[in-house]
Amino acid sequence: MSTTLPHPDLDVRTNYLNADYGWKSWLFTTDHKRIALLYLFSITAFFFVGGAFAVMMRLNLLSPNGIFAHDTYNKLFTMHGVVMVFFFLVPSIPATLGNFLIPPMIGARDLAFPRINLLSWYIYIVGGVMALAAIVRGGVDTGWTFYAPFSSTYSNTHVILAAMGVFVAGFSSILTGLNFIITIHTMRCPGMYWSRLPLFVWGHYATALIQVLATPVLAITVFLLCLERVLHTGIFDPSLGGDPVLFQHLFWFYSHPAVYIMILPGMAVISELVACFSRKAIFGYGFVAFSSVAIAVLGFLVWGHHLFVAGQSMYASMVFSFISFLVAVPSAIKVFNWTATMYQGSISYDTPMLYAFGFIGLFTIGGLTGLFLATMAIDVHVTDTYFVIAHFHYVMVGGMVMAYLGGIHFWFPKITGRLYPEAWAKFAALVIFVGFNLTFFPQFILGYLGMPRRYATYADEFHTLNVMSTAGASILGIGYLIPMIYLAWAWRFGPISPQNPWHAKGLEWEQSPTPPPTFNFIEPPVVTEAAYNYSGEEAEIG
Amino acid sequence: MGSFSIFPPRASAGAGEVDALYAYLLLVGIGMTVLIFFFVFLFAIKYRRKSPQDRPRAIHGSIPLEIAWSVIPFLIMLVMFGWGTELYFRNYTPPSGDTLDIYIVGKQWMWKIQYPGGQREINELHVPTGRAVKLTLASEDVIHSFYIPAFRLKHDVVPGSYQTFWFEPTKPGRYHIFCAEYCGTNHSRMIGWVTVMDPVRYQTWLSGGGTGESMAELGQKVFEKYGCVTCHVLDQQGRCPSLRNVFGRPVQLADGRSVLADEAYIRESILNPNAKIVKGYHPDIMPVFQGQIGEESLLQLIVYIKSLSVPTSAQLGQEVPK
Repeated sequence: MSTTLPHPDLDVRTNYLNADYGWKSWLFTTDHKRIALLYLFSITAFFFVGGAFAVMMRLNLLSPNGIFAHDTYNKLFTMHGVVMVFFFLVPSIPATLGNFLIPPMIGARDLAFPRINLLSWYIYIVGGVMALAAIVRGGVDTGWTFYAPFSSTYSNTHVILAAMGVFVAGFSSILTGLNFIITIHTMRCPGMYWSRLPLFVWGHYATALIQVLATPVLAITVFLLCLERVLHTGIFDPSLGGDPVLFQHLFWFYSHPAVYIMILPGMAVISELVACFSRKAIFGYGFVAFSSVAIAVLGFLVWGHHLFVAGQSMYASMVFSFISFLVAVPSAIKVFNWTATMYQGSISYDTPMLYAFGFIGLFTIGGLTGLFLATMAIDVHVTDTYFVIAHFHYVMVGGMVMAYLGGIHFWFPKITGRLYPEAWAKFAALVIFVGFNLTFFPQFILGYLGMPRRYATYADEFHTLNVMSTAGASILGIGYLIPMIYLAWAWRFGPISPQNPWHAKGLEWEQSPTPPPTFNFIEPPVVTEAAYNYSGEEAEIG
Repeated sequence: MGSFSIFPPRASAGAGEVDALYAYLLLVGIGMTVLIFFFVFLFAIKYRRKSPQDRPRAIHGSIPLEIAWSVIPFLIMLVMFGWGTELYFRNYTPPSGDTLDIYIVGKQWMWKIQYPGGQREINELHVPTGRAVKLTLASEDVIHSFYIPAFRLKHDVVPGSYQTFWFEPTKPGRYHIFCAEYCGTNHSRMIGWVTVMDPVRYQTWLSGGGTGESMAELGQKVFEKYGCVTCHVLDQQGRCPSLRNVFGRPVQLADGRSVLADEAYIRESILNPNAKIVKGYHPDIMPVFQGQIGEESLLQLIVYIKSLSVPTSAQLGQEVPK
């Protein structure tokens, strides 16, 4: 094992955080780590904006008759969805952790196109400001799905501004994906073969493929929608000769793969956490790596399962249902392999691992309830009800946000050079887990009982379960605030972290100082062993 | 507050079958969740870190295990696929025989319901037990979705087209109708009730309402009002095809194709007559009615045109006003 230790005199004194000062050094930086932090602060802001809308929605649903006016509630759930999907979940892990970690993980000084990386953040901010402007000027009420002809013809809100915000932000996603693909192909250091890539990188590679191939379709779709609104082109509105179901096909051609943009990076993080805190090589590395690519490919062929009740051909529905079951197989493979990785491991209960446990449990439930929705006769009953809401929140919040928080805690010492308070972190992880389940589990029951989504008011028999859900949301909200406080505190006052506090494998921990210098490594890194070689096996001579 | 159940009331023949499939899925889902939770907890406790120096032996994988946990879940899922698909086809394909046809128009934010006998209601649907009921759904504005949890069925109501679904009510009672596709301000108030009655009470209810004119008779008035009758002369050659015995039969088109004269074809031929020209006739004779005629009148017209045809074997048993 040849581990290059940093020169002691260069140690922590100069790193990417203190290499330069002043606002210009941040706003004009091309350092992927600083850009990752720009993204981190921006998406955190959007997370709390989207979260505030969620709090107001749950408040409204405390009473069967609602609290806010119907139009207000309709705007709340629309803006919650738009902000959370396009401005938090899609960029969340790739643009922060992916941006920060892919270059050091593959032994590169930066991404392939550092200035395009900065451009992608500016584009994201422009899109975000447009969406915020739509909110401030009175909001949007179409639902985040922007279904025509309601959005194209009937809604009187700021549809164009919000949709164009989504359009613009899409380009940021495309540029990030493009940058990742080229970086992973061309900038791996000596010895970093594809078969040695950390699974974090494999997951992001699969994600980047979807970002590059699917996002243009979303851009075209929302652009056509805006054209229809302004020029009455008649593409979607049947009274002008258009087809409203065409909009759904185009929208879900992006938005179902986008679900995998939102979950693959989470799976990528979990692979790292499970390996490190079990001190074991990932069981079935090749299967876990290729399952990401399989999900990315099959994910393009399942969009029609959103249209089982929309008047799509029954035979088309049958094919989409079948492929939807197929795509569940690689997801199941991942869960089984993570579990098997723990077998005969040395498992510690540090906070990142608690989040990994949470992810495995909640993603399992989220994934299995996805099978209910792929089963056509069940989907006919539960689609557009709270069952769907519960299902995708188990995947997106129980899965992705858990993985994101796990990753943030795991790499917090790497990013800041300091340690966070472990006891507080464990407490917060527990609060989030309890709050999450109390919020979303009752919604599965509500859904099967027949409560439709996007209802400002509801029938009396749904009252108890809604009160439970709102109670859970208040716990969940507090759970999310606690890490904000102690992480901000630890960034300034936490104890200084050693280079590799978790004794983790991987170039970013073993060969790059903590926090990393501007170009990540002091001496050019070389890889001599497979990923996750926690047991210290000799590299095979090949 | 009554006793708590995870199932809504079951009021149709199909509801029990959907619940049975749901129970299978729950069983598999709970089984898998328990299995994974069991192993995660077991390993987390049994193999917890005992010393910071622990260096467990690497296990790189096992092909037989990978195959087992890909193939076995897939086989279990194939059962879900087969069962769910079969039930879906059955629940969404109306029986070709004796159905009670009811016509529903969704508009922001109400359901307008028309019966063959001419009775009309808003947000109230009355159906008898023991009879296959076929709903034809149309929308005047945006997409809605007609959802009856007690029947475990919904279907989107898509403007510009007709959608149909059917059910056979089994249990008298009053059950929710919800709009399940977001449709604007009062989406959550676009709700109503379906009342399931036994056949005898249903006949009594039918005879109590309505104007005395059946849907076909109302359709005939529309036919005359819009002047259709001047060109579509029944039983003889006019400038436009006679509509006698057209419905449910194939029609030869000028471009050589043949299409079935169903609701969708007749709808299109009224709204946009040049889309399909019948062989031997000229385009641009009939005016375009797109935007000129409401969905309810359109449905009455279609029922009228249906009534001009001797039912084919496929349509035998179309509801004839008594």
